[in-house]
Amino acid sequence: MKVSSKIYTALIFIFLFAPILILLVFSFNESKSLSVFSSFSLKWYEELLNDRSTLEAVKNTLILALSATIISTVMGTAAAFGIYRIRKEWQKMLLNTVTNIPMINPDIITGISMMLVFVFVGRMFRESTSLNFWTILIAHITFCLPYVIFQVLPKLQQMDGSLIEAAQDLGCPPFKTFFKVTLPEILPGIITGAIMAFTLSLDDFVISYFTSGNDFQTLPIRIYGMTKKTVTPKMYALATIIFFVTLSLLLLNNIIDNEDRDRVKQKNEKQA
Amino acid sequence: MKKIIELKNISKAFDGEGVLKNISLDIHDNEFITLLGPSGCGKTTLLRMIGGFEQPDEGDIMFLGERINDMPPHKRNVNTVFQKYALFPHLNVFENVAFPLRERKVPKAEIKEKVESMLNLVMLGSFAKRSVTSLSGGQQQRVAIARALINHPQVLLLDEPLGALDLKLRKDMQQELKKIQQSTGITFIFVTHDQEEALSMSDTIVVLNEGQIQQIGGPLDIYNEPKNAFVADFIGESNIIDGTMLENYRVSFSGHTFGCLDKGFADGESVDVVVRPEDVDIVPCEDGELSGVVTQVTFMGVHNEIIVDIGGFKWMIQTTDSVNVGQRIGISLEPDAIHIMKKSKYSGMFGDYSSYSNELDELADPGGDE
Repeated sequence: MKVSSKIYTALIFIFLFAPILILLVFSFNESKSLSVFSSFSLKWYEELLNDRSTLEAVKNTLILALSATIISTVMGTAAAFGIYRIRKEWQKMLLNTVTNIPMINPDIITGISMMLVFVFVGRMFRESTSLNFWTILIAHITFCLPYVIFQVLPKLQQMDGSLIEAAQDLGCPPFKTFFKVTLPEILPGIITGAIMAFTLSLDDFVISYFTSGNDFQTLPIRIYGMTKKTVTPKMYALATIIFFVTLSLLLLNNIIDNEDRDRVKQKNEKQA
Repeated sequence: MKKIIELKNISKAFDGEGVLKNISLDIHDNEFITLLGPSGCGKTTLLRMIGGFEQPDEGDIMFLGERINDMPPHKRNVNTVFQKYALFPHLNVFENVAFPLRERKVPKAEIKEKVESMLNLVMLGSFAKRSVTSLSGGQQQRVAIARALINHPQVLLLDEPLGALDLKLRKDMQQELKKIQQSTGITFIFVTHDQEEALSMSDTIVVLNEGQIQQIGGPLDIYNEPKNAFVADFIGESNIIDGTMLENYRVSFSGHTFGCLDKGFADGESVDVVVRPEDVDIVPCEDGELSGVVTQVTFMGVHNEIIVDIGGFKWMIQTTDSVNVGQRIGISLEPDAIHIMKKSKYSGMFGDYSSYSNELDELADPGGDE
């Protein structure tokens, strides 16, 4: 039993990480071959840095991800607070379900339906090209929003509700109370939500594909376009970089989550 | 004494269920007033109304003669000690206590001075830099009190503040709270379900049940002159027997006629008779006005608590005499041991100890030890 479980674990790790490992190794390959590692080289990374349109796509992706993250984090936090304040149970249920829909809806349907809306609205204003940076931004905010809400809402629900009352009781007006008391309490949830939104926006392909115009290409769309021709090791280099950026964001996320959990645990132990 | 808060005909319902029904109450300057009642009696709702967290459906809340029904909590000159302390976890002890002062833009040097002297008052002088999550329940309680007092509110509201503390700590904090109240001269409105706590701390006790005031009075009045069977049963132990008032100063119950100190009832009016367990004298069978068989004896330390079956009604008697289960004893009652109450809707609901057991009583007391 013990041996078989070890083998099982090993297999999982192999299947999970072998492709990434191969990618990583061959991104440093001198030759173009996928079977022979001739010698170590940073050639493909160099080539990547000289690829104007790829760099442009990286810039676009970052601008888009940052904007979508900031806007969806602010909106999502406000929405979570709104849901938290609702007293009627059925309204709360309804809003939770509505929030859930973009998460469980297949990306392709979200993408196509949003494209239809943008084109439809564009036609109404007699625009020739209705898809641009703003449409893809709206689309990204839409699919990031529920993730932020579902990170912040539990933090609000965990918070001792009398904290807000205590602040007001001690002379703090309601609006200020949000920033002085509520915000510090739910900050870990907001940060995790923001990181999730950022990573989601960063690597979204399907929805971006349908909602971006020709003049605004994101990295995933650019990569997809490149694979239509020939795959060069330049792409391995790019994928390796993206993998490590995502990995470090994930690690950061886990560290924040862990610290927060420790804090909650400590608090609960004290109360027990 | 000056009236600080007047509640006028307050009513409140949640989801159509009346929580407070036509409550009128005056609260005076420098008073320690306790709202006492079982859980669900509306005492916390009443407190939250004074704090500004609930609005009455009907009636007015007056603060120094001014109607404050719609004034938000942060504008009221009232502070609250919350049941679970509600300390801000992201601030340390000093900053928690300084919070209300910073809100009022008090100069820094003054804040430091005020907070330090307040922390000394609650004996937490050396804890200023500590995180509030690292404190024990009793220490958190003191921080909450310091924070609520630092603005020198005219009224301090306390919502079962000692409920989560263990028995010994609770007794100490009772003394301390009383001392703080007397030295600051601030009006305390204290909510509790613990009748002993209410009796030992209060100037005035307001007994509430089912959203209505049952009785208002000092601890002695409430204990010695309960207004109805509910109050008699809720405050201390009581034997409550059906009786008939024969004439002034003469009452008949359990098949015997007793002298009493009460008058002003109609001749032949049926009444509730209250006898406190400690006011019953145990005498030899033949000397007693009533007699019965002991069915249960519980040693309580200072005294024995015994249950006696007298004509089918179980009495509780507290005595230092030693008696045995099965023994037949006589009991004798002085006129001042007998208290007569008018019949109320609570008549017949309380005061019989036939289903009494100590263990059950402890289980039913939610404030026991946690």
